[in-house]
Amino acid sequence: MSLRSDLGRVRGLGSAKEGTSHWWAQRLTAVALLPLSFWFVWSAINLVGVDHIGFKNWLNENANLVLMILFVGSLFYHMQLGLQVVIEDYVHGEKKKVTSLVLNLFVALFFGVSSIVALLKVAFGS
Amino acid sequence: MVEFTLPKNSKIKTGRTHKALNGARNIRKFKVYRYDADSGENPRVDTFELDMDNCGPMVLDALIKIKNEIDSSLTFRRSCREGVCGSCSMNVDGTNTLACIKNMEEIKGDIKVYPLPHMPVVKDLVPDLTQAYAQYTSIKPWLQADTQAPGTERLQSPEEREKLDGLWECVLCFCCSTSCPSYWWNSDRYLGPAALLQAYRWLVDSRDEGTGERLDELEDPFRLYRCHTIMNCTNTCPKHLNPAKAIAETKKLMVERR
Repeated sequence: MSLRSDLGRVRGLGSAKEGTSHWWAQRLTAVALLPLSFWFVWSAINLVGVDHIGFKNWLNENANLVLMILFVGSLFYHMQLGLQVVIEDYVHGEKKKVTSLVLNLFVALFFGVSSIVALLKVAFGS
Repeated sequence: MVEFTLPKNSKIKTGRTHKALNGARNIRKFKVYRYDADSGENPRVDTFELDMDNCGPMVLDALIKIKNEIDSSLTFRRSCREGVCGSCSMNVDGTNTLACIKNMEEIKGDIKVYPLPHMPVVKDLVPDLTQAYAQYTSIKPWLQADTQAPGTERLQSPEEREKLDGLWECVLCFCCSTSCPSYWWNSDRYLGPAALLQAYRWLVDSRDEGTGERLDELEDPFRLYRCHTIMNCTNTCPKHLNPAKAIAETKKLMVERR
């Protein structure tokens, strides 16, 4: 039981004075992903049946490599931002919440960086 | 984690049935949520049969009739009976609304009346709104200005005054906040649509000089950004206001000042 006043409880630790960057980044990545996703699906359909050398040649074109890296980067960034909101919404209890948030960030970073490294290796590898 | 089922002592049981008097021809059934903390019993739903030929048109008319003629222990808040005080907010037919302006002809079948969702219940249809009121207080719902007050009114142009339309009409019934899933899960930190609509009302008031500080206080992943544009607030508002838009406009101000 707490005898703290209602206003004191509502004010809590005060405003974090952040959240806008997160919200804005989520919108921007969503906007970026819209054309990038269409481009990716269109490219993937065109690449059906192409062998490794063919794909390597495709990826070696500057525009394709840049767009692929942007697509993968925005995708994992957007995923991390979105999952963070879901965790904050539903996972209560500070310990569980912080663990999930850190895990979410690390997993997204790991897969995002791995994907980009894979793209670079295919494009520039022998 | 979030609780998706009711705790054991909140499970609702079937209550008593109060039959209509003999001779009543136009009968409607009311299923009303009842809870009395002093009894130590679980909440129950009582059924009241009313003769609609002898009852006013609104849900509140029926509740008052029940209290006057059938069960005086039925507890609910009411005052103005015309939609300006915001006291009789409750969940009628699955949607939060003001009982006094909800016409029973709009409802098909039995009329189900519950308290506002996901709030602690004091008794029957009376929810504990202490926290919601504290959240309202926390947004400082009064004019803040450092400029010395003129001897007359603080003037606004008609255009500036127009910006308050759709905001000043809010009667603080909290139908919106208690319809919001985000508020259900995180009301300890999320201010909820009612308080945020009020906050925006002061953000766009041309006479207010505390806009920056107000935005500082709101900029928080929980206080403001728990709004995920679910829109239940706007759908349920008995005064047909648009809290979701007020929140979206607040977010736009946050981006604008970066």
